[in-house]
Amino acid sequence: MVLDNEPRTAATEVTGETETHGFQFQPQNALKASPGTDGTEAAPGEVAIRAENVNAYYGAKHAVGDVSMDVYARKITALIGPSGCGKSTYIRCFNRMHEFSPGARVEGHIYLEGTDIYAPDVDATRVRQRIGMVFQKPNPFPTMSIEENVAAGLRFTNIRNRSEIRDRVETALKQAALWDEVKGDLKKAGIALSGGQQQRLCIARAIAVEPEVVLMDEPCSALDPIATLKIEDLMHGLAERFTIVIVTHNLQQAARVSDWTGFMLAGEDGVGRLVEYRPTQDMFTNPREDRTEAYITGRFG
Amino acid sequence: MSREEFHRNLRGLQDGVLEMGSMVDRQIERSMQALVDRDIPLAEAVIRDDVEVNRARFHLDNICLSLLAMQAPMASDLRFIVSVLSMITDLERMGDHAEGVARIVLLMRDEPLVKPLVDIPAMASGGRQMLKTVLDALVQGDEEGAYRVGAMDDDIDRLYDRVYHDLVSIMIADQSTIEACTHLLWIAHNLERIADRCTNIAERVVFTKTGMLPEMDVSTY
Repeated sequence: MVLDNEPRTAATEVTGETETHGFQFQPQNALKASPGTDGTEAAPGEVAIRAENVNAYYGAKHAVGDVSMDVYARKITALIGPSGCGKSTYIRCFNRMHEFSPGARVEGHIYLEGTDIYAPDVDATRVRQRIGMVFQKPNPFPTMSIEENVAAGLRFTNIRNRSEIRDRVETALKQAALWDEVKGDLKKAGIALSGGQQQRLCIARAIAVEPEVVLMDEPCSALDPIATLKIEDLMHGLAERFTIVIVTHNLQQAARVSDWTGFMLAGEDGVGRLVEYRPTQDMFTNPREDRTEAYITGRFG
Repeated sequence: MSREEFHRNLRGLQDGVLEMGSMVDRQIERSMQALVDRDIPLAEAVIRDDVEVNRARFHLDNICLSLLAMQAPMASDLRFIVSVLSMITDLERMGDHAEGVARIVLLMRDEPLVKPLVDIPAMASGGRQMLKTVLDALVQGDEEGAYRVGAMDDDIDRLYDRVYHDLVSIMIADQSTIEACTHLLWIAHNLERIADRCTNIAERVVFTKTGMLPEMDVSTY
């Protein structure tokens, strides 16, 4: 590498100039410290969810094949991939929602802070309190006010004290960046809010029970760009307290918000597998797998 | 989510780099011709035509900015565009070096040569060979070809060393040659920088291909 700033006219070109060299491009350090780097495998931090050889089925249909990954605590992990690659099915395994589908079953192990959530003595409802979920379409409970929507999940906890419930509602609405817009009007129906506000209400509802993990299944795909940016901003704040896993079709969104990105792809057998999983910055500047490269550069998919 | 139009644009951008490369190659060739033939009108034409090289650079610069802004490129596409931004800067400066040679030809006018023109034209043709090799490597995504360019730069450095020592010896032996020797020394320095710029481009070819930016060659000058 030659860095020079010699003058343009020939008459002054006679002197040699001092070399500056030794620069090595390090994509993982270019913007921010990433949780891990290639080759060196720096400790990526505490593991919130460890998935081992997860297979998911709808009856005879094998939807997710042998996916293992560590989701890191208080990081944002994005799952990308074409439609039908099994990414939504996969995160539904994380909070035992997959088993709601008729004929659905899960094989393999998913550990939440060391406990296998599929162990026979584990209460699935308790798992869903610890791992909350936000869906593509905002789905506030239609007959409930804003306040009641946020408080809804608290019914399944031991919290009965009214003032404590009010505090929890306020905290959750603040964390979801909705408080300032609704604080004077908490009795208003949840469905009277705008789409973006409804989605933030759903986020408030999910975090009111103080889960460890929040799963987001395409949380912005029904929202306009402004509402989308608000949710993305919000996610950064939420990641200080919660572990976030987001499924998104929007590659730029994955690049903007996440720390780690996993790329899933269905093979010719129709089974979705994890092709590559690495720090987001590496993933979008220099993916290692040809299939990832082809997908994120738009050469197929 | 196929992006055919975008990928067509990327191929167009690469064609633009090749075109700019051949403009620069021609500028180097003509500046050397002007020196050998002491052809003042040709030297003036080289100086004038540097504007065209600069114009090509700004044009490609604009394309890169538009693609970055409008297409949000990723992975190898992103690395390619960023590399082009760097390559066109190097090419533009190579054009400036050719212009520099032409300006010295104007300064020299009909001043007699203090030594036969052997090593200096060899430096120029070596530099042009490096340019051709690196542009081929870009098109082919040929990492080995890019590294060959780094090795070729060592030959240019050796030639430059020889020119430098010859000229210093001549100056020491006969002080009346100082000005004439200095002119040739400036020319040789311009050619040495052209070769270094080719090495920079070669590093970007490797970066485009692999994501790693190597330290290919550290020039002494």
